[in-house]
Amino acid sequence: MRRFLTTTMAIALLAHTAQAQQLNFDDPAEFAKQRDQLTAKANGPEGEPWVQYYGDSMVDTAKYKKDGPYTICFSNAGVNNAWRVTGWTNMQAEVKLHPEIKELIHVDAEGSDDKQIADIDDLIAGGKCSILIVSPNTTAALTPAVEKACAALPVVVFDRGVQTKCPISFIHPVGGYGFGIQAGEFVANNVPAGANVLMLRIVPGVDVLETRASAAKRIFDEKGLKILGQEFTEGDNAKTKSIVEDYLQRGNIDAIWMDAGATAVAAIEAFEDAGIPVPVITGEDQQDFLQKWKTDGLKATAPTYPTYQWRTPIIAAVKILKGESIPGPEWVLPQPAITAESLDTYVNDKMPPLHHAMCGCETLPAYPAAWGGK
Amino acid sequence: MTEKTVEMTEASLFPGKRRLPQVNPVYFVLAALLCAIALSNPNFLEPPGYLNFLKRAAPLAILAAGQIYVIVSGGFDLSVGSVITLTVVGSSMLLDNNDDATWWVILVMFAIGAAVGLINGLVVSYLRVPSLIATLGMMITLNGAAFMWSSGSPRGYLPDTFRFFGRYNIKGMPLIQFLPVALIVLVVVGIALFWLMHRTNLGRLLHAIGDNPRAAQMSGVPVERIRIFAFVISSLSGVTAGILLGGFAGVSTDVGTGYELQAITATVIGGAQLLGGRGSVPASIAGALTLAAIFTLLNFIGLPKPTRDVVQGLILIVAVVLATYRRNRAGGR
Repeated sequence: MRRFLTTTMAIALLAHTAQAQQLNFDDPAEFAKQRDQLTAKANGPEGEPWVQYYGDSMVDTAKYKKDGPYTICFSNAGVNNAWRVTGWTNMQAEVKLHPEIKELIHVDAEGSDDKQIADIDDLIAGGKCSILIVSPNTTAALTPAVEKACAALPVVVFDRGVQTKCPISFIHPVGGYGFGIQAGEFVANNVPAGANVLMLRIVPGVDVLETRASAAKRIFDEKGLKILGQEFTEGDNAKTKSIVEDYLQRGNIDAIWMDAGATAVAAIEAFEDAGIPVPVITGEDQQDFLQKWKTDGLKATAPTYPTYQWRTPIIAAVKILKGESIPGPEWVLPQPAITAESLDTYVNDKMPPLHHAMCGCETLPAYPAAWGGK
Repeated sequence: MTEKTVEMTEASLFPGKRRLPQVNPVYFVLAALLCAIALSNPNFLEPPGYLNFLKRAAPLAILAAGQIYVIVSGGFDLSVGSVITLTVVGSSMLLDNNDDATWWVILVMFAIGAAVGLINGLVVSYLRVPSLIATLGMMITLNGAAFMWSSGSPRGYLPDTFRFFGRYNIKGMPLIQFLPVALIVLVVVGIALFWLMHRTNLGRLLHAIGDNPRAAQMSGVPVERIRIFAFVISSLSGVTAGILLGGFAGVSTDVGTGYELQAITATVIGGAQLLGGRGSVPASIAGALTLAAIFTLLNFIGLPKPTRDVVQGLILIVAVVLATYRRNRAGGR
């Protein structure tokens, strides 16, 4: 037993490192494209970013036209973090806006590729779905399952992608490079050349996170900033705080760059507890960070990976089933950052700590109660 | 009669112990790691360095000191990580940002912890379910309960009165500048658990039922009750660790994940025998500090993460091998 535990732990630790960067997560062309999109003007109605899009490419969906009411099926990678909780709530509320939807069948893959592949099979076999929405758990593993679904049903993919063009549209915000650029440029513009930057990341090997880091690193290198380290926090508050405390003992930190904001407040507290002023910091649109930013007057920015993208697949699905064309094969949504100027719009102390403020949900039914607000 | 038998069991358990007193190698490993940390970062010798280290290690140390009760009695408690999560999530839900509620919420959490331990113990003792399975089931149940309670995302903050235990430093102390409250909690809990395990008859009975439950039963030891008691202690240590962790870093819905294995690893590094009969509270605490020291050392050296994982795994294996080697030399099994 003892040996078993030790071996398992060692293997788990090694496996972690094995998924090193095999894919190209540092693509200058994609970096440039996303940098342009961040400042480009999106098409579509002002103030409703969840239906806006970049570019003019549309897909004709006349052949999918069908009489209602519709049953929309959704294979969800998981509801295993606060971002997905906010997004999933958005989606359920969006469904309520469409009387032509009879039912939303939701299957939760609980973060498992295998379960999601089986879920998709079951949904196809069940024969109840008018259309299938997929939020893939991982890109490569889910590709065959999505291809199989495409043969049987209209399919829309959002959030993470798949390596096939068969879905009618792949809905996603600008992307990881865009996130990294927004946060990276804020740091680069607010510290002198040669300043020390600590990069805090969740885990290695996830495409949308790797690209955030590579984009920021590119900007830091150009500006001549010193990267103290790239640390993986596993999204754990205690670990984040410990890492920052240790770095503070080793020397000065001029800026904290984060690839996700769930642990931003823990990082800030490490400075508070050490009695050191909080440096330039980037987080995300979680309420706890926004409130801390506002109360303490921090020098901060919050790029977002907007949860309003969970509304879009429902809107797209209804349009497809009505035979209306939609942006595709990629539907790229705007990806705004929250800045000192727009902070007041998004801070709301009635919402729970990890509520993602860029949710586009304020006008949806059952807001704020369904999101845990008061 | 009972007393006599137990003494015999105790003597047969540690045949070499009295003849050949040895220092547990975990203390050398820990000392070596602490020296390495100090060499790589002299600031560690300043009070903020080592006190922050101890503050951060306190939850795991308390957890290991509770886990050792179950390990010594011949079981495992895999549910403690989920007890931590439930404590943090449940407290944030019950507190609802209300400072005044802290005291009763903490009491409620300890009551829940005691109930969890009681159920674990009853299932293991009377339904004869192996503890690995029983507590695994409890872990899944409690994680699910915490998820249901919070809908998967924290719904509130922990007020400063609650976070006092895990976060606050008492300032203006002579010599050491400040004293983390978490460290006081660790010392108090550590001494209490040490006393209970190593200075009372109860501790001897625990060792006896872990070493040979059949023999213990035959000689009149209330095996079931002792075992339930061990699980309750372990769960209560989970609640304590949860209060410290929530205090240290705030609410997150997976705060306890992985702590059960870390606690078990800490006891093994401390020389405990899985499947029972041998283990000590101070050595388990030292084992937990060793784990924390590995983490801190690798942070200080600044190796890239993959290299660090390899080194961390290797140090763990070496520490466990050392513990095993010592046990073999000492004539244990």
